[in-house]
Parts: sequence; structure tokens; C-alpha cells
Amino acid sequence: MNDKDGQNKMNNIDHQSLTPPRSEIGLLGWLRKNLFSSLSNTILTVAAIGFLLWLLPPLFEWAILDSIWMADSRKECWAKMEVPEGAACWAFIKDRLGLFVYGFYPMDQRWRVDLSFILLICAIFCVLYEKLPGRKFGLMFAIAFPFITGWLLIGGFGLELIETDKFGGIMLTLIIGVTGISFSLPIGIILALGRRSNMPVLKSLCVMFIEFIRGVPLIALLFIASTMLNFFLPPGTQFDLLMRVLIMVTLFSAAYIAEVVRGGLQGIPTGQYEAADALGLTYFKAHWLIILPQALKISIPGIVNTFIGLYKDTTLVIIIGLLDPLGIGRASLSDAVWAGLAKEVYLFVAIFFFVCCFAMSRYSLWLEKRLSTEN
Amino acid sequence: MNSRISAIIAGIGVASLLSFSVAAGTLDDVKKRGVVRCVVTTGLAGFAYPDKSGVWKGFDVDFCRATAAAVLGDANKIKAVTSTGKTRFTKLNAGEGDVLWRNTTITFSRDNGVPLRFHGVNYYDGQGFIVKKKLGVKSAKELNGASICIQTGTTTELNLADYFKTNGMKYEAVPIETNDEARQNYVAGRCDAYTTDASGLAATRSTLTDPKNHIILPEIISKEPLGPATRHGDDQWSDIVTWVLNATITAEELGVTSKNVDQMKSSKNLEILRLLGVNELSGRKKLGLSKDWAYNIIKSVGNYGEIFERNVGVNTPLALKRGLNQLWNKGGLQYSPPFR
Repeated sequence: MNDKDGQNKMNNIDHQSLTPPRSEIGLLGWLRKNLFSSLSNTILTVAAIGFLLWLLPPLFEWAILDSIWMADSRKECWAKMEVPEGAACWAFIKDRLGLFVYGFYPMDQRWRVDLSFILLICAIFCVLYEKLPGRKFGLMFAIAFPFITGWLLIGGFGLELIETDKFGGIMLTLIIGVTGISFSLPIGIILALGRRSNMPVLKSLCVMFIEFIRGVPLIALLFIASTMLNFFLPPGTQFDLLMRVLIMVTLFSAAYIAEVVRGGLQGIPTGQYEAADALGLTYFKAHWLIILPQALKISIPGIVNTFIGLYKDTTLVIIIGLLDPLGIGRASLSDAVWAGLAKEVYLFVAIFFFVCCFAMSRYSLWLEKRLSTEN
Repeated sequence: MNSRISAIIAGIGVASLLSFSVAAGTLDDVKKRGVVRCVVTTGLAGFAYPDKSGVWKGFDVDFCRATAAAVLGDANKIKAVTSTGKTRFTKLNAGEGDVLWRNTTITFSRDNGVPLRFHGVNYYDGQGFIVKKKLGVKSAKELNGASICIQTGTTTELNLADYFKTNGMKYEAVPIETNDEARQNYVAGRCDAYTTDASGLAATRSTLTDPKNHIILPEIISKEPLGPATRHGDDQWSDIVTWVLNATITAEELGVTSKNVDQMKSSKNLEILRLLGVNELSGRKKLGLSKDWAYNIIKSVGNYGEIFERNVGVNTPLALKRGLNQLWNKGGLQYSPPFR
């Protein structure tokens, strides 16, 4: 009895008044726990701070404080600085922004690219944000989106025809990236299921395809798309270069997605398959309702990883003469009026890719958390 | 394994030969399409680069425009097919471009091995060196033991090795990929000298913060005659490209410029009259060009000298002197057969 009372008292005290020790909470506690918990940790922290202090202030000064935004040539830019080349000349990027974004798309038709971009954002929003009211229509729109944009960008049916070799810059990256991402996922899932199928012909076809694509570098595939294909097609056939690239990039990333999804499928306990069978579900229903939702959930990190890789690989198209932002940057650097400002170009392109890829990785983390059913 | 590879290559060769044999009639294709497709580089200072609004400009692009002016009567009807050094010939031979104006060195193996048809030289280049003045080097022969920035996988790499071996000197190669990378490395002092074509050196020098502290050494260690190329198997189209180049050179020699071309139509010089289509040139109809084809070139693009000065001449950032590219009668090598 006494004991119990004592315990109760203790509990009460615990709950009411005792705050954690000062060293465990607040900024100090956090610092101590995370940055200075041991000798090696402390050394690492100090070294990292030192490195940042060494790196950031000059970078900040170079890229922002001293940078020049208004100039018509490299010479003018440098003349405005204390030391030539001592600061960033963003005037160059500003001058070439149109080229970076639209590539060689005709000036008076650029609204079509803008509109496509807005539609892209809408479509992404419809697909990614589940709580949207009327999401069914949103999804239908997202499915129709590639065709609408295709028409908008290329033209025909009332719009001026624009040849795809006018595409370039950020627009080209988005086209290749979005097409690759949205088409390679379904193809990859089908390939993964095919590889795990019991039908020998289907299975070996899928295995052969996946292994062939994975065994060949993307550059080689792009070269095949760009040069060899033309020799084998009947002379005179015009098979759009961008289309060839899109197909190759999609197939390439589909093979990788297939392997990622296969990993997910193998991670599902056999009990789930057996339960689906016991319920009398058909193969497709079992996969659609039970297996794939779980398998895809555990493959999210791998899938997004592949997507990010694909997105960055789009810069390889410069090898076959298509100019993505990096290619546009390099080409702009050969304009003698601006040449020599390589740092600015590469930093700009790096920031562009970082923003895109970081957004993708954040979204996947958020999705994982939301779909997590573990407690 | 080797035999299989060669079988594949042979297969591609046969396929490409097939496509050559059907490729005849480029002129008709171009006229039907209404646009001349030129294989150009993805960017080389002064020679081909996109301006702010995405329009291709430069020395090579101007010759592409001249081709369009001759064939279609409108210099703006061109399409730039951008290509890297690796894909330029396949793009041409696979029919993605009609003509190659892409700072391409004419060599034996390219002419016969690729194969291509070359049509004269629109720019005589050669490999040189740039060094910092404070190094005190006055000649390439004093570069023994120097570290040299060099673009990998190019003929310049082989030329450099040849040159140093011939002169019994040693060097340390600092391999780099692009012109910009070379510039950064050279400025940062990672290499004592940078070697590439003289036109490229001039472009690089113009982008330095202190061009006066750097000199381009007098030695030119290789011959790099740059010229246009076309596919095998279409003589008519090949002749057109040859004579487009010749027309610009002849125009300069005769003093016909884009400004005075209209007055020149009433000149007393018979060759000028033949060039400008006032008097008939026999054989022109076989070439499939209109009477005023050369007039169109000179009117809209200019003669060779004008094209040179506009893109790479002394008043441009590249500030190249005419040098070997001066006319034959002014101490250079540019020489056109007569229009007769």
C-alpha cells in the first residue's frame, strides 16, 4: 500500500514539475547531442565549420554581392568589376536566358512552350497531390497531357509546324525527362512482371531485353539512335531525331525500373501471393489490388533514384548534336562577345539540375512517409 | 570476334553505299524542302555559334547562308544541324545534312576512308601554341620539358607528339576536353602552354583578362586546311558547293562587294559580268542554278573578305589576320579558278 502510494507520488512529481536537465533540451542540448557528442564528432564539426567558413563567404561574395547583372558583353562586365573575373557576370545568363529556356524555338511561338509548361505543372499536381477535389478528371487530364503538349509544341491542326530540331535548352530536358519518366514506369512494371512470369517465351524475351539494355551504355544507345538507325531505314525516310532519342531514353530507363520493381516484387512475402490466390483473385486482380501497391511502395526510393539518373543523363544528348541547357551553355560560350564566362554557365546549369532533382527526391521522401503503414 | 565486328562494319558500309546511290538529287531535295541543311559544330568561337535569339552565326554559317543564297535565292533559308566531332560525318552521310561547313580538316583518310568529297579550303588553319609572356619563351623549339594543355582524341594531339619527337624534345601532356577547360587550366598555371588550331588560340586569348601578357608563338606545327564536304555520289550538288566557295573568292579578287554589287552589274570587266549573271556562263544550267546565283551570294552574304572580316577579322574579338587566307595575289593562298 505504502509502496504504491510512494510510486504514485513519484509518478506525479515526474509528470508535473521536473523538467529535463538543461543540457538535454533547447539549442544547447541539440548541439551537444548532435555535434559535440564525442571527441571525433567534435573534430568533424569544427572541421566542417572551418570548411564552410573558408568556402561560403568568398562564394557568396563572388556569386551575389559583387556580381554584375547589367552588361552587354564580357568586356563590359569585367570593366565593372574591381578585378576582372573577380565576380560572377550573371548578365551573360540573363542575356541568354531565352536561349537557355526555349532553345531555338521561334520567338513569336514561345507562348506555346509557356503554356505547355503551365499544363505540365497542372498535370504533375494532379498526379502527385491526392486530396485534389475531382482528381479523376485531373488524372484523365494527366493522361491526355503528353498528347496535348505534343500537339502544342510540334503544331499542326491550326498551329504553325515547328520542327523538333528547334527544341533545346530547359525545354528539351523537360521533354526528354518527363517523357522518359512517365512512359518508362509502366513499361518497366510490365517488364518486371514479365521477368517473373512462368511463361518461358515471355520471360526470356523480357530477360533478354532487360539484360541487353542494361549491358549497353546510354551513350551507345544514343549513337545507335542518332547514326546507325538511318543506315538501316529505307533512304528518304525521315525519322525524327528527337523521337528516336525519346524512345531510346524511355527503353533505357524502363529496363532499370524493371529491375527495381522486380526487387520490390521479391520483397513481398509469399503469404501475400497465397492469400490473393486463396481469395480466388485472378492474376491481374491479385497484382493490381495486392501485390503491386505493396511492391511499388517499397521500390519508391529505387524508382526515384532511376528517375533522377535519367533526368541527369539527358545532358548526354549533346553528343548527338541536341542542345540541352549544358549544350546551349557551351554553344553560348563560343560567342566571342561572351566567351570566357564558363563558371557562370556551369553554375547556372548545376543549380537548374539540382533544383529539379532535389524536388524529386523530397517528393519521394514525403510519399514514403505518407504511404508508410508501420507504426 | 574481330571478323564478326568487321562483318558488322562491312554491313553498315554496304547499307551506307546503298543510301549513297539513292542520295543523288540533293539539289532537287533542297529545292523541294526550301531549306539547305548544313552540318555545323555545336559551337566554335567565330565559326559557328548561336546568338541571343538562337540564330546561328559565324564564318562557317555564313558559307552555309551563301549556299542557300545560291540555290534558293534566300540566305536565311538554312537549317543548322549541330554535330560534335564524332557525329559530323555520319550525319552528313546518313542524309541528315546536305553539306558540311564545320571547320573540318581535309585529310587523306577522311576524303577516302570516310568517304567524303571536299571542295577546296575556306580557312587555312594550323596548330600553334600560346604561352605566358613572363615565361620568356620566344619559339616553340624552347618548349622542352613544358607541360602542355591538349584536347584529347584530336589530330592536334598526334601533331604535338610528332613535333616534339622530331625536335628531340620532351613534354608533359595535360589532357583536357574543351576549350573552356583548357582556358581555366592554362590561367590557373596547370600547364605552361596550350596548343590547338591558331584560330582557336586567338579565341582563347581574347577571353583572357590580360591578353597582352600572353603570346601566340610563331611556329605553326601542322597544316589544317578547313573546308566544306558533301556525300559521294552527287556530282551536281558537289559542284555547286565548290563554286559557291569559288564565287566568294573570285568576287573579292574582282573587287565585288555586297555594297557595290549592283553597280558592278554595269562593269566593263567581262568576268564580273559572267559572275553576276549579266553574261551567260556556259554550263550554269547543268548546275541547276538560276542566272543570278552568285549575285545573290554577294548581295546577301558578301565576298570572301567580307565574310572573313565580319566573323573572325581584326575588328572582331578574335582579331585574326588574313595570313594564309589572304588572296593569292596578296601573299595568301586563297585562289579560285576563273569564271569562264
